[in-house]
Amino acid sequence: MASATIRVAATPLVRYVLRRADDALILGHRLSEWCGHAPIMEEEMALANMGLDLIGQARALYTYAGEVEAEGHDEDALAYLRNERDYLNLLLVEQPNGDFAATMLRQFLYAAYADPFWRAMMASTDPTLAAIAAKAEKELAYHLRHSAEWVLRLGDGTAESHARIADALTALWPFTGELFANDAEEAALVSVGIAVDPESLRAIWQSTVSETLLAATLSGPASGWMQAGGRNGVHSEHFGHLLSELQYVQRLIPSAVW
Amino acid sequence: MPTPNTPIWEVFIRSRNGLSHRHAGSLHAADATLALQAARDLYTRRGEGLSLWVVPSSAIIASDPQDKGMMFEPTASKIYRHPTFYEVPEEVGHM
Repeated sequence: MASATIRVAATPLVRYVLRRADDALILGHRLSEWCGHAPIMEEEMALANMGLDLIGQARALYTYAGEVEAEGHDEDALAYLRNERDYLNLLLVEQPNGDFAATMLRQFLYAAYADPFWRAMMASTDPTLAAIAAKAEKELAYHLRHSAEWVLRLGDGTAESHARIADALTALWPFTGELFANDAEEAALVSVGIAVDPESLRAIWQSTVSETLLAATLSGPASGWMQAGGRNGVHSEHFGHLLSELQYVQRLIPSAVW
Repeated sequence: MPTPNTPIWEVFIRSRNGLSHRHAGSLHAADATLALQAARDLYTRRGEGLSLWVVPSSAIIASDPQDKGMMFEPTASKIYRHPTFYEVPEEVGHM
């Protein structure tokens, strides 16, 4: 039955692609939750545009993961028919939207990592990943620019906007360590030029983030204990609720299309 | 919602090289940087643009609709200003 949960035959490359696909799908889904709720029409469109960019990236990555896996799983099966523990996204991207400040800060913290990630990935020895990267990099460059402008204005804005984004920074900071998570499986892909060494992105992420926070009159939290787990399918309590909404139609009406 | 913190901006898009920027619409934004980003997000979602201008609406000096008789009607009787009375010699070809 098409709505039954699928099991993914996860080779290292399949897992590597799924991790990035899940980041894009879950953050794109979070942004879609803003539809009809944004503070102004201009940001309603900006949030939807960013969400659609991410869902487009997820589609390309899932399709490729399905080809590499070669078990007949298409993008929909991979997006909708796995269980919670089989999603490998960063904990950061599944965190609830909160207020506009929290959403923009989450976008900024992710884009400051994902933009240089995709830029580096353009040199991947895997031609499909390099092609996806070339498209994603342009999209993430804009997400970074747009979210950074808002971090600046909210931090350096009114007392209330400053307090809200400062709260968001405290709440989201423990999820930033996982951006640079690595394991032996990924290290092997790095060594053959398919994957990007996340450690090589740390300095550029730190410099983007610290420069923006400084300009926004926000003090970066001291680097303390960091949350991890999403990359191996161990999620925060918000994730089950997100999935139940994300998967609802596919689970209710198997193979629904429009 | 128009508020004093987000004035109105007019958006102009150039769709191709060689064409002029054309008025596309308006938006609300707190400052020029956000106005340009909002113009991108609102008006160029379907590949409409190669270049964008945003201009504060308050910077536009408009003609008064009350003056339209004086301003525009005198040209209505001057059809000789339209270049339809000139025969183009065949040797010129397509102009």
